[in-house]
Amino acid sequence: MIKTDILIIGAGPVGMFAVFEAGLLKLRCHLIDALPQSGGQCSEIYPKKPIYDIPGFPEVMAGELIVNLEEQIKPFQPGYTLGERAETIEKLEDGSFKVTTNKGTEHMAPAVFIAGGLGSFEPRKPPIPGLSDYEDKGVEYIIREPEMYRDKKVVIAGGGDSALDWSIFLSDIASEVSLVHRRNDFRGALDSVDKVAELSKQGKINLITEAEIKEIHGEGKVESLLIKHKTKGDINKETDHFIPLFGLSPKLGPIANWGLEIKRNAIVVNNALDYQTNIPGIFAIGDVNTYPGKLKLILCGFHEATIAVQYAYNIIHPDKRYVMKYTTVNGVTGFDGNTKKAEATVVKSIL
Amino acid sequence: MDALDISIKITDREGTTHEIQAPTDMAMNVMEVVKAYELAPEGTIGICGGMAMCASCQCYVLSGHELPEIGIDEDMMLAEAFYVEENSRLGCQIQITPEMDGLEIELAPEAE
Repeated sequence: MIKTDILIIGAGPVGMFAVFEAGLLKLRCHLIDALPQSGGQCSEIYPKKPIYDIPGFPEVMAGELIVNLEEQIKPFQPGYTLGERAETIEKLEDGSFKVTTNKGTEHMAPAVFIAGGLGSFEPRKPPIPGLSDYEDKGVEYIIREPEMYRDKKVVIAGGGDSALDWSIFLSDIASEVSLVHRRNDFRGALDSVDKVAELSKQGKINLITEAEIKEIHGEGKVESLLIKHKTKGDINKETDHFIPLFGLSPKLGPIANWGLEIKRNAIVVNNALDYQTNIPGIFAIGDVNTYPGKLKLILCGFHEATIAVQYAYNIIHPDKRYVMKYTTVNGVTGFDGNTKKAEATVVKSIL
Repeated sequence: MDALDISIKITDREGTTHEIQAPTDMAMNVMEVVKAYELAPEGTIGICGGMAMCASCQCYVLSGHELPEIGIDEDMMLAEAFYVEENSRLGCQIQITPEMDGLEIELAPEAE
């Protein structure tokens, strides 16, 4: 069981900055994220896009902002549970919360911050009738164990980097790899595209472009796919596995069933006070929350995190008093004991 | 109606057609107009914020208006999106201009 002061669900920029503000109040944090890395959308969707409305940064790449935040929160030694989705929440007798992930990792904290953005990133599923019936029966959206494809027939669909890279990788393992894409061109890295073209010439990847998978057939498991080709008509393709790789999109997911008040796909919070939800002890900050006048901006999320941390302090230490500290006055003291502080003014007499 | 507004017909995902006024002087795109009029539930459109990176604002262009050309980012996203038809566009890549008066679009189904 992982124990902390503030358990933060979502390791995007707002969840990360909450670690900093909590650290100033000597509160420890642990972050959970479904993605394998921190940064949320900034890392996953648009790391190379410049952001122009972070105060003090005329221009900063989303990926660079995350690197900076990592540096900023490092003194406060946050814990991470990455690649796991927060699945259930349970209120314990002592008033604290137990959050368990889809992989069974348990976390306990007196305060929970939901900083989940638009939700956890889930694979995008193509609209093929009965697709969900074949999940884990030949349909996989994520390749966890490449060895399971040894000497099997595999069909991969998609036109991005992961479709290209996995086609290349599995061409050495599977007995047959087919890559199906709607276009003739791919949007992956140039060398991956070249490599797939080369493997296709060698007969190691069966490239089927200008085509889409329309139907899945099989008794209890995937046995064949109906591929609709733009000009050649229908192709019936026998296969053991079908791997659609169309990227990820965020879904609110299990959080929607935690008993929180949800309005327009977002969690209602008290923005007049503390950004707490209808469940005392659970806060929601950043894009995941809503209130009158809400703006889904990183900079607003930073503000919300700062306010929420002050109130979480009262829950975690109900018997203690504190005052907000200025970093210019007190500097930043990490949990490792190191302090960053302004140099003291030196006074030297002339006479 | 403001002189700078144009009229657009948008059919939502339930099949209801809305005739709305869209400003041409606010640097708005079709996705933002849909959001402003709440024609699709929050969180189901404009997920990436308008960077042509999610296709949640995919729409079908029903009228014969001449629209800005499809850029590389939009084209690549449409290659990966679902329910794509010949007249598919990403709403976030269509800026509202006076020439678009009378534009008719239909929102594509929400992808799972």
